[in-house]
Order: sequence, then C-alpha cells, then structure tokens
Amino acid sequence: MNIAERSLPPAIEDPRERAMLLAALYLAQEQNGWLTPEAIRRVARRLKLSEGQVRSTASFYTMFRLEPRGRYHIQVCEGLSCYLVDGAETIIEHVARKLKIRPGETTPDGRFSLEIVQCLAACDMAPALKVNDELYGNMSLAEIDALIERLAQS
Amino acid sequence: MNTLRSPEQLKELRAALQRKLDDRRTTQALILIGMGTCGIAAGASEVAEAMRRALAERKLNAEVIGVGCIGMCVKEPLVDIQLPGRPRVTYANVNVDMVPRLVEEHLVNGQVIQKLALAQMLAEGIEPEQGLATYQDLPFYRKQLRIAMRNCGMIDPESIEEYIAADGYQGLAKALTSMEPDEVIEEMKDSGLRGRGGAGFMTGVKWEFCRRARGTPKYVICNADEGDPGAFMDRSILEGDPHSVLEGMIIAGYAIGAQEGYIYCRAEYPLAIERLKKAIRQAHEYGLLGEKILGTDFTFDLHVKEGAGAFVCGEETALIASIEGKRGEPRPRPPFPAVSGLWGKPSNVNNVKSYSLTPQIILNGADWFSKVGTEKSTGTAVFALTGKIKNTGLIEVPMGITLREIIYDVGGGIPKKKKFKAVQTGGPLGGCLPESALDTPVDFDSLTQAGATMGSGGMIVVDQDTCMVEFARYFLTFASAESCGKCVPCRIGGQRLLEVLSRIASGQGRMEDLDEIEYISTNMQQASLCALGQLTPGPVMASLRFFREEYEAHVRDHFCQAGVCKGMFQYEIDEVKCPGCGLCLKACTSNAISGEKKQPHVINQVKCIQCGACYDVCNLGAIHISPRVVPLAEVEATPE
Repeated sequence: MNIAERSLPPAIEDPRERAMLLAALYLAQEQNGWLTPEAIRRVARRLKLSEGQVRSTASFYTMFRLEPRGRYHIQVCEGLSCYLVDGAETIIEHVARKLKIRPGETTPDGRFSLEIVQCLAACDMAPALKVNDELYGNMSLAEIDALIERLAQS
Repeated sequence: MNTLRSPEQLKELRAALQRKLDDRRTTQALILIGMGTCGIAAGASEVAEAMRRALAERKLNAEVIGVGCIGMCVKEPLVDIQLPGRPRVTYANVNVDMVPRLVEEHLVNGQVIQKLALAQMLAEGIEPEQGLATYQDLPFYRKQLRIAMRNCGMIDPESIEEYIAADGYQGLAKALTSMEPDEVIEEMKDSGLRGRGGAGFMTGVKWEFCRRARGTPKYVICNADEGDPGAFMDRSILEGDPHSVLEGMIIAGYAIGAQEGYIYCRAEYPLAIERLKKAIRQAHEYGLLGEKILGTDFTFDLHVKEGAGAFVCGEETALIASIEGKRGEPRPRPPFPAVSGLWGKPSNVNNVKSYSLTPQIILNGADWFSKVGTEKSTGTAVFALTGKIKNTGLIEVPMGITLREIIYDVGGGIPKKKKFKAVQTGGPLGGCLPESALDTPVDFDSLTQAGATMGSGGMIVVDQDTCMVEFARYFLTFASAESCGKCVPCRIGGQRLLEVLSRIASGQGRMEDLDEIEYISTNMQQASLCALGQLTPGPVMASLRFFREEYEAHVRDHFCQAGVCKGMFQYEIDEVKCPGCGLCLKACTSNAISGEKKQPHVINQVKCIQCGACYDVCNLGAIHISPRVVPLAEVEATPE
C-alpha cells in the first residue's frame, strides 16, 4: 500500500460517528466471519477514522476477530461450572493436542480453529463446547474425538 | 395510536388491562413456561412447542405464555398450569415426554398431578389445592422478598400491557406529575438505596451530584455489563422484567435533568438485548418514551449499546469509553462521571438492579423501602446462588439476613452430605468467607468488615472438595486475563501474583511466597487505576487470611487436602471402613485398585493417576485423601 492510499485521521473526529464503531465492526465481521484488512479500511473510511484507530479498538475486544478462523470454530467453555467439573482444562489440552494447534490458532488446512471462551450459559450441561453455532453439552473426551473425526471427514 | 397523554389515561389503561387479564384468568387455562436463558438452555423451547402442539391437537382453550426466570434455575424447565378459578400450580424439571400427561390429567381432567407438582401459588379468592405445598412452604421462597424481581416469572416480559397491569409506569407517573426533580432525589436519598453494582454508594446522592453538575446535555447510563463468573442477576431481570429497568432510568432522567439514556449490555446476553429493544419500542408506542411523556413537558429517549467482550467495561469510566466507540479502558477518577462522563458531559451510571428498584421506591415511598433491611443497607439484595449448593438459582432477600440462612435455608445446604468450606461473594473481585463467618449479616458494611464484599450479587458456595489455593487461582486467572493493561500495577501485578499461586499449586512454593502474595496484593490495591486492579487480589487475600493452613500445607508438606492439585496427595482406602464392595475397583481405569470381594481393597500408588473416580463412587467414605508418600518423580520413572 502506498502512502497516498492510507487514510489519515480527520482533524476533528465526530464523537457520534465514533460511537458507532463497535456496531459497525459487528456488521463488517458478519460478512467474512472476521475483520479483513479491507473491512477495517471500509469501516475507517465510513466513520472518518484512521485504520489505526479502528484496528486498535477492534483488537481490544475479544469478540472481534482480526484473523480468519477455521471452517469449524471450536469454542471450549472455561466458565466456572465447566471448570469445577474438572472439564475445561482437560478438554482444551486434549483438543489442542489432537488438532496440533494452540488456543487462538487455526489448523493449516483452515478446517479447525480453537478458542477458549467464558461462560456459554450452559452450566447445567457442563462441560460444554460450541462448534460454530451448535452447542454440545456433557462432553466426554471420547465424544469430542468422535465429533472431531466426523467434522474432519465432512 | 395508543399514546398516553396523561397519568389518568395510564390509570384507565391499567384498569382496563387488569380487567382483561382477570377475564383471561377466569375463562381460559394458562400455561406459563420459564423462558429465561436458564429455562431455554434446559429445554423450555421444546417443552413449549410440544405443549402448543398438544393444545392444538386437542383443541383446548388454553394459552402458552413465556415468562422470565422465577429463580429456581436448578428446577428448569418450569411449567405452571393455571385453570380458571384454580391456583397456579408449578411443575419442575418438565421434559417433552411429560407434556401429554400434564395435558391429559391436569388440563383436561383438572387433576393436579401431586407426584410431579412442586408447589402452588396462592391468590386471593381462590381455593387452594388440597395436599399441595404452597410457595410459602418452600424453604427456597420462605425467606425471600421480591422487589427488584417482583415481576420475574410472573408476567410476560415481552408484553408492556402485562407490566402496566402490574402497576408498571405508575412510579414514573407519580414522579412526573406530583414531584419536583429535587423531591425525587430526596425520596431516593431517604430510601437509603445504595448502588447495587457492588460499591454501595448512595444512589440519591449520586443523582444529586449529577443534577447539580454544570453542563448539558446530561446522560443516564445503565451498567448491564454483568461479567462475573457465576453471576446472572442482571441478565434475569433484563430478560424477565425489562420495563422495570426502563422505568427506573426514565425516572432518573427526570430527576437529574437528562433527555437521553444508554443501556450498555454485554453482547453475550442476546436475549436480554432483544427484549430491551422490544421494550423500548413498546414504551415509545405508549408515549412513555419520546417527547412529552404522559402529556408532560418531559422528553426522554433510550438506546441499547452492545459490548464486545471486555470484562473491564463493567467499570464505569471504561464503560463510557466503550459507548463512545473507543477501547474500553478506564481513566482516573475524579472527575467522576456525574461531573464529566459520556462525551465529557455529566452522566449518571447505575446498575440494572438499582434502576429496577427505583419505580417501587417512588411508588411506595422511601419509608416503605427503608423499613426493609438494615439501617445502613436498606431494602433487598439479589444473589445468584451457585456452586456446591442444592438450590442453585436466583434469590432476593432482605438485607441483614445471615449467610447461614441463605446457604442452609434458602439454598438447602451442601449436596451429597459434603462439608461446607467457604462462600465467595462479589465474584472474581470479591472474597471468600469460612464457616466461622456464616453468621455475618449480609449487608454492605458487615461483609466488607468480615473480609469479603457485597459485590453485584454472585454467591458461590464451595465444599470440602475445593482447594482454596486453586479456587483463588481460578479467579486470579480470570481477573488478570481481563486486565486491560493500561496501568502497571494491575497488568504486571496480576501476572506476578498468578505465577506465585501457580507455583504453590504445583508444589514448587516457598514459605516466602506467602509474604510475596501480601506484598504484591497491597501494592495492587493501593496503586491500581480502577476497581479491577484494586480488587483483583481480593480473593487471594481472603483465602490466604482464612485458609492460611491450606497454603502452608501446599508449601511445607506438598499436600493438597482437597485432593485437587495433581501430585500433591494420594487416595487411600480405610481398611476398617471398606466392606470390599468392589465399586471402586470397577471405577478405576488404571487398574490401580486390587482386593478380594468382601475384603478391604488397596490402591497401588504407583499406578494411581489421582483421577478421583474411586473417591467419587465410594459412598461409605472409606476412601480418604492423605499426603503423598510416593514421590511423583518415581511414578513417572516407572515403566508401564
């Protein structure tokens, strides 16, 4: 990118426009599943902010993703209930070892990504995890293995 | 349009709606299903669907209504059936398979299924069912008093009409037509209401600061960024009675002289956000939001702002930064938001529960409210009761009740005959209290004095199987991960503290580490920018204060008496108590247990991986936890 293409911050930013940043980032993220550099550029231009301001704000919040995620995004709950049933840590370790990625990473083939999340509001089914929008409760390691096998072949 | 142009019109509407609801009650069977997040997670949607199908198939004159959470989350899905002229009967843990039976026996034949029914709600002029407990008979409800949650589980949260029929917006009407803004503030001050977000600052005084502050416009902000693990009070109120929060905020707007308000809700509560937005639309339709509210000159509007996953945004200055579309980092106070808040303008920030209590205080008067509770902590407290306790759920109790009453009477005590160990209040920024503190009255000052905090309402009970070092480490892991990184004491202090605790929990601790904890904690408490950093050491400090011997045992003897920290204990079978039933032998996946039938069994410590399966299945208490004799290194060196 050359310097001319880079958007410069406006002299005075409009506070009301800036206040729409989080909502705009949610909309932008919906389109590709993550905030692509192009999406950041568009949001910045639309709200008259610099790309740096947008990226800096987006990186502060855990719900905005600045990296692409896998086709199957696995979120393991580390909320209190899942933790107390001695599930969360074991499951995270297990899945990480199986997929050979660390939490926050995506497998090289782009199929799986792993994330540790706080309470999924499924405390009555602890330990719980989510694959994309599907919730799986009371998961044993064997069941998780079967689930991953199934997803790997689909 | 339904726009209400005067308080009289609101009263007329209330009377008309009450008649309509009475008619519905006397002519139609009602099925009320708990549709909070807890209910839905337990399968309430499927139950409601099955119920609707069954009603349609049999062409019954009955209506299924989704209500908010009534507090008994452990018993969800809850289905209440109310036949015309009969009391409302609650069935607990209902699944889809039970629906045909409920329809057949209760709805069609009018027979309460005593075996499945939990309790009935008494109502005036209605004959109670014979032989069935009432809600007042249930220990879970007997000591409760519901003000903030009065409508949760009672009305359809998505219907403003039901809220109005339940005296909704009457507090607002009273404030707008018969009270000056200063009188509203006086009333709030007289009520003694202290901020329910946890800090316990006098709400009326806060409002006064904001009213007196120079600068316009002013803003009313609701902090609905509830993020403590194990806490869901605000979620339940937003989901179960969103209009009460709206009404409280409109009253606050009138009192401080604001025309605009924001509700900042965490994005993880989609149902709460949806219901809030719907409630705001409905309030607009009735002219309870917007211009010339109830025909007066007062104008007020509300917006919902969604968070994006940052715990620190529960801190008021960080919350304001987040509404402004910035990184949610706190800033030093003063100036307080009451003087310089949103966009540098005077802003009043209160918690969900404080706003939801407000309409009742205005409607019934300060005296009525201050009669409940203690002298310095008036009214009721809402707690989310979780952990090792029988009745997990949501409760509202008068201030001044003791922890013991909450845990043993309302909460039903500890399950599986285990022994109570500690109760954590205030979530990851609170503190824990041991058994000796159970008679502490629950109010802002007593809890702080005892070494914990009131917090916003999380109450987590743990039993003998919880290691206090590990428990403190859990909260510390959470709080330090959520540090925004702006100030050094919180960013670095949290990490250092976590290292020390991890060291102790893994058996590498030194005696000096205990002093180190106190040193780091004191520094964090004194030097951090906001409450997150100041309170992060709270759980560690409290557990070290009350359970020091457990920390010392970890360091000195490498012994974890709760049997949690791996490699720091071993399971042993008591020869005298073991009848040789073989349960543990079957449960063991490592072939570490041996023994003849009806003879005491033994555990091979070299093979044992401390999974705890044997300990969990033995219901005679013959397996106990003792200090490790075989060093871990030796186990690891042993070939398979």
